[in-house]
Amino acid sequence: MSTDRRAFFKNFAAAAATLTVLPTVAETRAKKTAPSDAVGMLYDTTKCVGCKACVVACKEENKLPADTDGYGQGLYDSPDSMNQYTKNIIQLYKDGDAQSFVKKQCMHCVDPACVGACMLGALEKGKFGVVSYDVSKCVGCRYCETVCPFNVPKFQWAKVAPKIVKCELCKDRLAAGKEPACTAVCPRKAVIYGKYTDLLQEAHQRLRDNPGKYVNKVYGEHELGGTQVLYLSHIEFEKLGFRFKQDESVPHLQQSVSHGIYKGFVGPIALYGLLGAVMFRNRGNSDKES
Amino acid sequence: MHTQAQPVGGPLFTRGYMVLLALAAIGIALTIWRFAVGLGAATGLSDGYPLGIWIALDVVTGTALACGGYAVALVVYIFNKGNYHPLIRPAILTSALGYTIAGASVAIDLGRPWNMWKIPTYFWSWNLNSSLLEVALCIMAYVFVLWIELSPAFMEKWSVDGPPILKTWSQRLLPILNKALIWIIALGMLLPTMHQSSLGSLMMLAGPKLHPLWLTGWLPLLFLMSCLAMGYAMVVFESAFSSKTFGRKPDLPMLINLQKIAAWGGLVFIAVRIADLAYSGNLRYATTLDLYGTMFWIENVLWILPLAMMLATPRPGLGSLFRGAMVVALAGALYRFDTYLVAFQPGPGWHYFPSVPEMFISFGLISIELAIYVAVVKRFPILAGMSSAR
Repeated sequence: MSTDRRAFFKNFAAAAATLTVLPTVAETRAKKTAPSDAVGMLYDTTKCVGCKACVVACKEENKLPADTDGYGQGLYDSPDSMNQYTKNIIQLYKDGDAQSFVKKQCMHCVDPACVGACMLGALEKGKFGVVSYDVSKCVGCRYCETVCPFNVPKFQWAKVAPKIVKCELCKDRLAAGKEPACTAVCPRKAVIYGKYTDLLQEAHQRLRDNPGKYVNKVYGEHELGGTQVLYLSHIEFEKLGFRFKQDESVPHLQQSVSHGIYKGFVGPIALYGLLGAVMFRNRGNSDKES
Repeated sequence: MHTQAQPVGGPLFTRGYMVLLALAAIGIALTIWRFAVGLGAATGLSDGYPLGIWIALDVVTGTALACGGYAVALVVYIFNKGNYHPLIRPAILTSALGYTIAGASVAIDLGRPWNMWKIPTYFWSWNLNSSLLEVALCIMAYVFVLWIELSPAFMEKWSVDGPPILKTWSQRLLPILNKALIWIIALGMLLPTMHQSSLGSLMMLAGPKLHPLWLTGWLPLLFLMSCLAMGYAMVVFESAFSSKTFGRKPDLPMLINLQKIAAWGGLVFIAVRIADLAYSGNLRYATTLDLYGTMFWIENVLWILPLAMMLATPRPGLGSLFRGAMVVALAGALYRFDTYLVAFQPGPGWHYFPSVPEMFISFGLISIELAIYVAVVKRFPILAGMSSAR
């Protein structure tokens, strides 16, 4: 009995040691950076007049049906946020004299939570760093919706064969050398398309040239590990619905820990061997009836 | 593997059993309807709360309650306590049923379940960063392993009085199976260790959307500990239940020991959780008694209560054991449910409450599980102990 107990404690100590090493291993996951061919968009609240030409252009380009569920009793296409019919939306923040329009669509994160979540890579970060969707690999688990810090992926709740609906930055247009539908139609150049690095530069230039005009920050440069869609605003970003300002990307914590546990699959194989070995040594005894 | 397990016998279609079958039929009918109308019309789910009770309850909590097989296997085969062997079969049966039902629940919950077969077969597409992929593959494999672990119970009966084909095959397979069983059982301990901890990792990816009292890098360990405590508690719960229902004589000292593991496990769970929160500084959120602070303390009280009960009554009877085990199961269930639903904050304007059909599909699944359990223990050698044959 005492040898059993000793063996048990030895096994237990080994397991405990593995778990203690975890946080140290956890630090090793490198911060992700945008791919070299990354493109993106820059939206400027001070230029947007809320004409919603981009919302219409997006619907046409993506052949999305009108959303007549909202205001207007079925007469108007009037979505109030991104939803199963709407990949791009202009919203209004108003509080007394302070007001601002804000455009919402997929942020095309540098290190996207949805891509980390997706079992078979139906959501994938592909060419130009665009987060795109392939329905053939989707089982409809909606884990991407659960983890997205911007609540971007939407699900076709009304359909019997539902898909995920999200902005893919008009990837077919990009492949043809064109810009996304929303930036192409914007009459005020409130949202512009370009190379990610150029857009970052342009954003900082605007901040330098117009001191006091904007909140002194390019949202998306660092937030949640960086996003390929960048924002300049004269209103605090929290008020426009950007809830989170942490610099760490969402997948960093989970992937650090999981990579620690599953590195090279050594842990599980070792544990299997250990369990088998202990059982083999105990064999016979466990079959005995009391 | 020799056992003294015997079929309980007795009539199957009692009044209680008919109620179970009725609930099961309602659940099945509603499931067919759910596939006809889509998830939006059938459930209370939304883009803010895309996961509901079918996941948080039937899968996340249900599989933890089905960890009895895993928990007892550790005692028998790793702690080397052979005398606990009679508890294995009923525990494996509930585990096999619990996990199978969880799998069914996932299939009902998925938007495109006809693509499910791609998860194990499209290995070139596997996203190895995805905790959900790990959970899915592990649970699929574990369901298979559990039914193999349980199969000697069926073969022992069939090799004696089964139909001719089953009889020959059972007689042929049983010795082979008994030899290989050690490696299958080892797999039956590895897989739950992996996927039960990964169920915790899964919500780590909700990141800032998960309340800081629940979000921690130790979620995998906390989930693993909670499923073990719940596993032991469920074995106690079940033994107490079948001794009342089927007139089996329970081995009280053995059950007391298992309940002790669960109760002390509760203390360890809280110690790890609070130490981590103190270290990260997030314990300050527990000082506000809003919904989150309150739920946090309710969970902690439930985790500590079984130990207090144990210390207050060092020689508990069956009833007191039953109550203690129920509290452990409740503590773990609440912790897991909170992590997936209550502590999940999708942002302003989103609300979730399960729809009536959604709830009845869940009840239906649980009824199917109970109905099969009762039918199997009455017909096959699962339960040990003296039967008063009703």
